[in-house]
Amino acid sequence: MRPVSYSRVADVATAIGTVAADPDSTFLAGGTTEVDLQRIHVARSKRLVDINDLPLRQVEELPGGGVRIGAVARMSDVAQALPVRRRFPMVSEALLLGASPQLRNMASIGGNLMQRTRCGYFRDVAAPCNKREPGTGCAAMTGVNRGHAVLGTSEYCIATHPSDLAVALVALDAVVLTQGPAGHRQIPADDFYPMPGETPDREHPVAHGELVVAVEIPPLPMASTSNYLKVRDRESYEFALASAAVAVSLDAGVVTDVRLALGGVATKPWRARRAESVLVGAPATVESFRAAADAELADAVSHGMNAYKIELGRRTIVRALRTVTGDARMVSDDGNPP
Amino acid sequence: MKSYAETAGAVEVADTAVVRGPNAVVVRLSVNGTIRNILVEPRVSLLDALRDRLDLTGTKKGCNQGACGACTVWVDRRRVLACLTLAITCETREVTTIEGLSDGVHLHPMQQAFISQDAFQCGYCTPGQIMSAVAFLAEGHAADDAQIREWMSGNICRCAAYPNIRAAIRQVRDEAGTSGPDAAG
Repeated sequence: MRPVSYSRVADVATAIGTVAADPDSTFLAGGTTEVDLQRIHVARSKRLVDINDLPLRQVEELPGGGVRIGAVARMSDVAQALPVRRRFPMVSEALLLGASPQLRNMASIGGNLMQRTRCGYFRDVAAPCNKREPGTGCAAMTGVNRGHAVLGTSEYCIATHPSDLAVALVALDAVVLTQGPAGHRQIPADDFYPMPGETPDREHPVAHGELVVAVEIPPLPMASTSNYLKVRDRESYEFALASAAVAVSLDAGVVTDVRLALGGVATKPWRARRAESVLVGAPATVESFRAAADAELADAVSHGMNAYKIELGRRTIVRALRTVTGDARMVSDDGNPP
Repeated sequence: MKSYAETAGAVEVADTAVVRGPNAVVVRLSVNGTIRNILVEPRVSLLDALRDRLDLTGTKKGCNQGACGACTVWVDRRRVLACLTLAITCETREVTTIEGLSDGVHLHPMQQAFISQDAFQCGYCTPGQIMSAVAFLAEGHAADDAQIREWMSGNICRCAAYPNIRAAIRQVRDEAGTSGPDAAG
């Protein structure tokens, strides 16, 4: 790691003022991304401003059934927090299926939302990467892209967003609360992550010196039986190849409301609005689930090694929907896998 | 980029925080109950500080990028990775390493169980496995082997001694009766 200086701050105003005034500085929370990327010279801050003492660790119930999560709260603590487990189990599951126990003890919620892609070319400073160095090209297009996105891609970038938590938050219409020199902002989670387009280096709308202070999840009664399904190369301590956060409300076997978001297959935490619109009003059957999955993946684009993700994404949607609607059979009536 | 409603609360931008480094500064650490002052740059990891400055070489450097768990120590009694922790961030916190686990005379029950169950071959991952395992039992979800596998997945063993590592954890769990969530300490 290149030399860095260090400041430790105890209040939000000092944290913001300090980073905003020093263009070479950045916030340091759990460090699981920042220290790693500084060490491999992908991140190049010259000053780290330690925000771990800020009073932003609370998980609070909001009136009406929502939850507010402080930005410096640890993944492990949020996953175990009763309001989260009871009201939004998909959030708890997404957190517990991410990283390892040690990393979850370290990593903050704000840092989780701000984490960078795990694309190997982004992490390799010798490789071209439009996200790391705009205009240099994308080595993943014709390179090892087995783990890359099939939805939301552009000719500039096909990297996936690695957060499981963000997938659940996008499904739940959560709001990211920030504070910066210009004041407070409330940014819907879906808008927090832009599509890469021609500017994959612009990963979020947060300005230099602006700090994520909390996440608010609005009330959603049907989320109390929601779940998060994560499919990966090994059963633990691995990023998603495909994942789905899902909550469904049924009335007499018909879908009256649904929230569905995907991870691992897209360049951003992917709200599956096409699938949702197919599902609302449809019977909760495997056929409906397949139709929804087909609609969502209709425009998926493969770059070679990741072609399997199109079918994997479909199957992940179907399986997640079957699980959350109580039909957990892994073989459908026609004898084929869902 | 979309714009969002701004509310009151603009912050007057001022850089008022104390700056330390980038040259070496005195960092005050509490390790295994002892206060130690060391002269290190802010970029120095807790792992390197322990091994190279404090001669506490029980904590191992495996991947140095948060993937293997060999450097697992406790900060304020929670298991974390020393390679992704900067030493300077640990001031005011209590660090515990494998050297601080026993009372100096008797091995910790988990250390003894690793010997009894032959839970290692080369031994390089073992300090991290043990620090992780003790914390894991205190966390209180070691009811069965599936849970042990899941909650110990952050510690990789190149020799694949996993069956015996699980046996060691089961032994300590069953001796201490710490299988359920009520046993979290």
